[in-house]
Amino acid sequence: MVLSAADKTNVKNVFAKIGGQADEYGADALERMFATYPQTKTYFPHFDLAKGSAQVKGHGKKVAGALVEAVNHIDDLAGALSKLSDLHAQKLRVDPVNFKLLGQCFLVVVATRNPALLTPEVHASLDKFLCAVGTVLTAKYR
Amino acid sequence: MVHWSAEEKQLITSVWAKVSVEECGAEALARWVLLIVYPWTQRFFTKFGDMSNSGNVIGNGNVVNHGRRVLTSFGDAATNLDNIKKSFASLSKLHCKKLHVDPKNFRLLGDILMVVLASHFGKDFTPACQAAWQKLVCVVAHALAHEYH
Repeated sequence: MVLSAADKTNVKNVFAKIGGQADEYGADALERMFATYPQTKTYFPHFDLAKGSAQVKGHGKKVAGALVEAVNHIDDLAGALSKLSDLHAQKLRVDPVNFKLLGQCFLVVVATRNPALLTPEVHASLDKFLCAVGTVLTAKYR
Repeated sequence: MVHWSAEEKQLITSVWAKVSVEECGAEALARWVLLIVYPWTQRFFTKFGDMSNSGNVIGNGNVVNHGRRVLTSFGDAATNLDNIKKSFASLSKLHCKKLHVDPKNFRLLGDILMVVLASHFGKDFTPACQAAWQKLVCVVAHALAHEYH
């Protein structure tokens, strides 16, 4: 799937609007993912997953940071996420289906916090972008 | 038989009580038919007229009506949690035999409905709420696919 120029603009606008709250969005998305798709917790047996967990907040910050980095290099997602792609392929080996689940939760977070921002067109662009990120992160799996 | 906790039932019915079927139904369908987000689902709605751009989709009377119908069915599930498979049996047969809808689409619509509910309810659409409704959309999707053969 290819991100059009309009998609890229839409995604950049969303993240510009989210701004410094990206870390919170990341943590919120993770919390929702663990609640909505409990099987995803199997990747975090070493985490305290209680509400407000510092570990979840910390991890949310990492995830958000990676998304921001991806947006800043939206013309070369493979390049920008190459190290993360290696990490997920060789070490973390998160089943590919889970990226879609986290992506869905991120969309829900944007919708709860910024409904006016998430027009149908922006929704589509953001969904495409998150899919593209997931694709890159699993590209080296086999 | 799906087990619903008391909390899940309460979260589902309390959100449902505040849903505007007209607005949310039409919006969910419009977004889905992806028409804008998943445009290939337009294949099921060739009789709805021109849907080549989002303006034609969002205001489309057929989309509004059908969205209302779809969300009303969800409401039937929300208010009849212990009997979903049975109450959706004939709709399932319809979607299989007459409408020829790939069951994957029920999940796509479910995902969109989550985003629509989230945008309408904001922070009130808590993680627990999202989890309960995600379970509902899964159960409905499963019930709609159940009679396929």
